[in-house]
Amino acid sequence: MSRLLPSSEITPEPLFRGRREFLRNAGLFTLTAAGSGGALLALTGAAPEKAAVPAPEPAPLKVLGRYSTDETPTGYADVTHYNNFYEFGTDKSDPARNAGTLKPRPWTLSVEGLVKKPFSVDVDTLLKWFPLEERIYRMRCVEAWSMVIPWNGFPLAELVKRCEPLGSAKYVAFQTLMDPTQMPEERTHLLDWPYVEGLRMDEALHPLSLIAVGLYGKTLPNQNGAPLRLVVPWKYGFKGIKSIVKIRFVEAQPQTTWALTGPSEYGFYANVNPAVDHPRWSQATERRIGEFSRRKTLPFNGYADEVASLYAGMDPKKLY
Amino acid sequence: MAPPRRLPVPWLKPGVFAGALVPLVALAWQGLNGTLGADPVAIALNRFGLLALIFLLASLAATPAKLLLGWTWPLRLRRMLGLFAFFYACVHFATYVAVDQRFDWPVLWADVTKRKFMVVGFAAFLLLLPLALTSTDASVRRLGLRRWKALHRLAYLAGVLAAVHFLWRVKLDIRQPLLYALVLGALLLVRVVDAVRTRRAKAQRQTSASAA
Repeated sequence: MSRLLPSSEITPEPLFRGRREFLRNAGLFTLTAAGSGGALLALTGAAPEKAAVPAPEPAPLKVLGRYSTDETPTGYADVTHYNNFYEFGTDKSDPARNAGTLKPRPWTLSVEGLVKKPFSVDVDTLLKWFPLEERIYRMRCVEAWSMVIPWNGFPLAELVKRCEPLGSAKYVAFQTLMDPTQMPEERTHLLDWPYVEGLRMDEALHPLSLIAVGLYGKTLPNQNGAPLRLVVPWKYGFKGIKSIVKIRFVEAQPQTTWALTGPSEYGFYANVNPAVDHPRWSQATERRIGEFSRRKTLPFNGYADEVASLYAGMDPKKLY
Repeated sequence: MAPPRRLPVPWLKPGVFAGALVPLVALAWQGLNGTLGADPVAIALNRFGLLALIFLLASLAATPAKLLLGWTWPLRLRRMLGLFAFFYACVHFATYVAVDQRFDWPVLWADVTKRKFMVVGFAAFLLLLPLALTSTDASVRRLGLRRWKALHRLAYLAGVLAAVHFLWRVKLDIRQPLLYALVLGALLLVRVVDAVRTRRAKAQRQTSASAA
């Protein structure tokens, strides 16, 4: 039996229809907004991502070595999640995400070329040859950003001496691992793989040049170039070749990956120089990761007192 | 009593309007929470620039959508999409000038005069300015539809310059900017093909008319 509603409680038909239409329109509005907004977020890489859990930040050793800066180190999370390591992708967050495929053990370094006796050595044996030091270095990327990184490693000069190069050796050439199963982007033709770099012998022997095997007192994470990487703090970051498998002593200036890729934009020396612009952007200033405003870039990245003499008599404009 | 005439899809424009602001809100939110990554200024700069390009392409897609799919609803969004392109281009430009370079005029001057990717980007931004200023119905009346349409064809040039700006900016990996350039190329191609067809049909009509 239906109870009769008092006529005052009956919704007039036009109003009832209006309400239904309003709800329908509100729903479609929300769908449109969510759909277009979501599409834009996806297209611009802003889709929410699982936040990487940063490792706890161990305090860097308090005793500063002769060559360490006292500037505040960049946070561990940024040092390990903002990387250029194109073997794992071109986005800065790609290496941290993708470098799990790299197997830094077992790892063999081979030494070839103009040396008394070529040899190969397992990385763990190599690590027993030299005492590890902490070096807090500025790192200036050619893209005009910078970090301060507490590296752990040993001077490249110690390794070079151990290799017993011949007098005819004028340069040291470095090569990254070539293995697309571990470094997936090596399947592409993005760069002329494997990544190669080089130093003049006097640069390699300079006490600032470091082979890093760790940072922040921990084993080097894969995305930072495990297990062995070069650190040359007065040069742009791309000189710091990662995951090194081969060192070759040679007479002529070796090919280097970025100079091969863009000879008009990158050179062999790649010394940090605020006076020489990259063709597409100024190198006069840099943004220190973690800071909001730019700071002035220093000649030789602030290491001019130590290294400027290496280039006496050379045209500084040629040293980019 | 005749029912009042209503737009058939009153939710469309407000919905897209709200959606277009989502990236701005998301970025502000991430910025305040410190989840924009290691270099938030670079991230903001890149996202705003990309949004400007996306909206420019979306506004240029309205006509092809009508020609190819027979859709007319994108035409109703076109002006708003174009204005969002201008809005995000302004935010992109302002981020560069005010946040990234902190009004360092010598550097900014060197950028827009010496660096070709900056020159084309700045040119694209300048081209959008008269389009935004004449985006009202009153402007169409004042200029006359023919002239207004001719002026607003600058949007094609702005699109090309914006795509080139993106292509020239990236260090090495041009896959993403290339994809946007290809989309733009496809959108422009649809118009070219249509214009050629229309002209041909017109010529045919004229010949058959004179034959009769």
